[in-house]
Amino acid sequence: MTTTSTGELTPLTAISTSGLTKRFRGGQLAVDHVDLAVPDGSVYGFLGPNGSGKTTTIRMLLGLAFPTGGSAALLGVGMPDGATQVLHRVGSLVEGPAFYPFLTGLDNLARYDAADRTADPKTARTRIDTALDRVGLLSAAKKRYRHYSLGMKQRLAIASGLLRPRELIILDEPTNGLDPQGTREVRALIRQIAADGTTVFVSSHLLAEVEQICTHVGVMRSGRLVFQGSLPELRRTGAARVTVQTADPEAAVKVLTALGLADVRTSPASDAALAPADAASAPAGAPGSGPAQGFAEASAVLGDAAPERICAELVQAGVGVRGFAVTSPSLEDLFVGLTGEGFDV
Amino acid sequence: MYRFFASELRLVFGRRRNLLLLAVTAVFPLVIGIALRLAAPHPQGGGGGGGGTGAAFFDQLAGNGVFLTFIALSSLLILVLPVVVAVVAGDSVAGEAGYGTLRYLLAVPAGRTRLLAVKFGVIVTFGLCATFIVSAVALVAGAALFPVGPVTLLSGTTVSLPDGLLRLLFVTLYVAAAMAALGAIGLAVSTMTEHAIGAIATVMILVVASEVVDNVPQLAAAGPYLPTHWWLSFDSLLRVPVDTSTLLRGLLSFAAYALLFGSFAWARFTSADVTS
Repeated sequence: MTTTSTGELTPLTAISTSGLTKRFRGGQLAVDHVDLAVPDGSVYGFLGPNGSGKTTTIRMLLGLAFPTGGSAALLGVGMPDGATQVLHRVGSLVEGPAFYPFLTGLDNLARYDAADRTADPKTARTRIDTALDRVGLLSAAKKRYRHYSLGMKQRLAIASGLLRPRELIILDEPTNGLDPQGTREVRALIRQIAADGTTVFVSSHLLAEVEQICTHVGVMRSGRLVFQGSLPELRRTGAARVTVQTADPEAAVKVLTALGLADVRTSPASDAALAPADAASAPAGAPGSGPAQGFAEASAVLGDAAPERICAELVQAGVGVRGFAVTSPSLEDLFVGLTGEGFDV
Repeated sequence: MYRFFASELRLVFGRRRNLLLLAVTAVFPLVIGIALRLAAPHPQGGGGGGGGTGAAFFDQLAGNGVFLTFIALSSLLILVLPVVVAVVAGDSVAGEAGYGTLRYLLAVPAGRTRLLAVKFGVIVTFGLCATFIVSAVALVAGAALFPVGPVTLLSGTTVSLPDGLLRLLFVTLYVAAAMAALGAIGLAVSTMTEHAIGAIATVMILVVASEVVDNVPQLAAAGPYLPTHWWLSFDSLLRVPVDTSTLLRGLLSFAAYALLFGSFAWARFTSADVTS
C-alpha cells in the first residue's frame, strides 16, 4: 500500500483519489484501492509496467471510465460528475494521439476547441497557433494529419492539451514510440509546462524517462499503488547495504549479527561492485559453491552503523576481508524492486 | 453549442465520402426522369412499370413533371436515402470511437449529452439535406423533361401549381422526418460499437428486415409498428382532403422511434466506459 501517509489532504491537491477501484465486467481487478495525492505544482511521475492499471486510472480521472469503487477529484472537483465543470482546466493526452487523418493539424485542433463550450471563439486562432508553436508544429499546421510523423502526431496531441492555459496536464505515456530525439523534446516541453506553474501528471513504464523531470512519483503494480512520495523519499526506501567479500562468510555473518545489523544474508560472490580484479581466477558464483570452495559474500543493511567500525570488528574477529563495500541501490533497482521483474499479466 | 454544431456540420459536409453520397442521391432522380422520358415519349403513354404506391405517380408523370419528385422520393426511400442516413448516423459515434477522437472530445470536455445532441442534430440536417436534394433535382428534371402545370392529385382533384409545390414541400419534410427517426436508430446503434462499418451495416439490415416483414401478408398485424411502414404514406398529402389520420400516425411512429432510440442512445452513451 502507500508508503507515505497522505494523512490529511491539503486543499492544494491537483489530483486526489480515495480507494479508487475499477473491476472490469469480466471480473478482472484493473485498479485496486488507489489513493493518489498529486501536490499542486508538482511534476508527478506515474510509473508502472504495462498493464499495471495506469491508463485505466487515468481514464477514470478524466471521466472516460466509471470507477466501480472509491472516488476521484481533479482540482478539488469530484469526477466523473464534475467532468464538464473542471475538464476545461485540464489538458490531457490519453493512450496516444487521436485525430482525423484527413484533416490538417490546424483543423483538428480547431475542432477540439470548438467542442469546448467555455473557449472563446474569437481567440481560437491565436490560441491554436500558440499551441502549435509551442510544440514546434506551426510550419506543419496546414499539413494533413495523415502525413505527420509519429513524433509530430505525439506533439500535436500535446498541443491539443495546451489550447488554453491549464492548471493541470495529464500525459499518458507521452514518449511512447518516440526516438531518443523525440523523447528529449517531449521532456523539454514538460519542463517548460511545469515551469509555467502547471501541475504535470505524466505516466510512463520507464523510470529513466521521467526520473530527470519528476518531483514526485507514484508506482503501480498489478493495479495497486505500491509507492507514492517525492523522489528523495523513494531513494530513502532503498537502504544502503554493507557487503563483505570473504572466504569465511559464516564468521562474517556472526560479526554482522552481533553488531545488530538487519537483514544479514550470504550469497556466492558476484561480479558486482567489489569484485576483485582477479575474479576470473576465483570460482566465484559457481552454482552450489559453499564457503569452503572459495569466496562468498555476506551482506546486511547498514542502518546507522559506521562502516569503519564494521570493518574493524570483522578484522578483529579474524575474518579475512577480501572486499568491503557500502552500496546504495539505484532508483532503477528500487523501481524494479517495487514493480517486480518480468511479466505481471 | 452553436459553434460545436457548426464545426461538426462542416466536418460531415466536408468529407468526400459524404459529398459523394449526396451526389449519388442527386444523380438518381435525373436518371429516373430520363429513363421515364425515353420509355414514354408520347404524353398519353402509361409510363414504365413500378409497383405499389409508386404506380399511381407513374401514371401521372406523363401529364405533369412535378410527379417526378414523388416517384424519385418513393424509389429512393427503398434503399438510397436510408443508406445515406445510415452511413452518417452509424459513423457518428462509432467513427469517433474508431479513430480514438471520442476520448479527446469527452476530455475537452464536450459533455456526453451535448455531444450526442450535436451528433443527432447533424444527422437530421444531413438527412434533410439529402431529401431536399432529391426533391429539388427531381423537380428541375421533371420540369425540363415533362410538361408542368396544375397538379392532378391522386384523389382526382386538380390543384394549382403553387398548391402542388406546397404539398411537395410538406411531402419532403415528411420524408425528412422519417429519415430523422432512422437517424435516431442509427445513432443508438452507433453508441454500441467502435466499428462504424458494423453500425452502418446493422442499420441497413434493420431497414431491409423491416421492409421484408412489412411485405409478408401473414405478418400484417406487425406492420404499423415497423420503422419503415409509414415512410411511403406521404401520398396522404396528395389527396383532397388530406388523409390526416394516416399522416399523423406516420409522424407519431417517427416520433416514437426517435424518442425510443434517442433515449436508448443517451442511456447507453452516458453510462458506458469509453475504452477506445
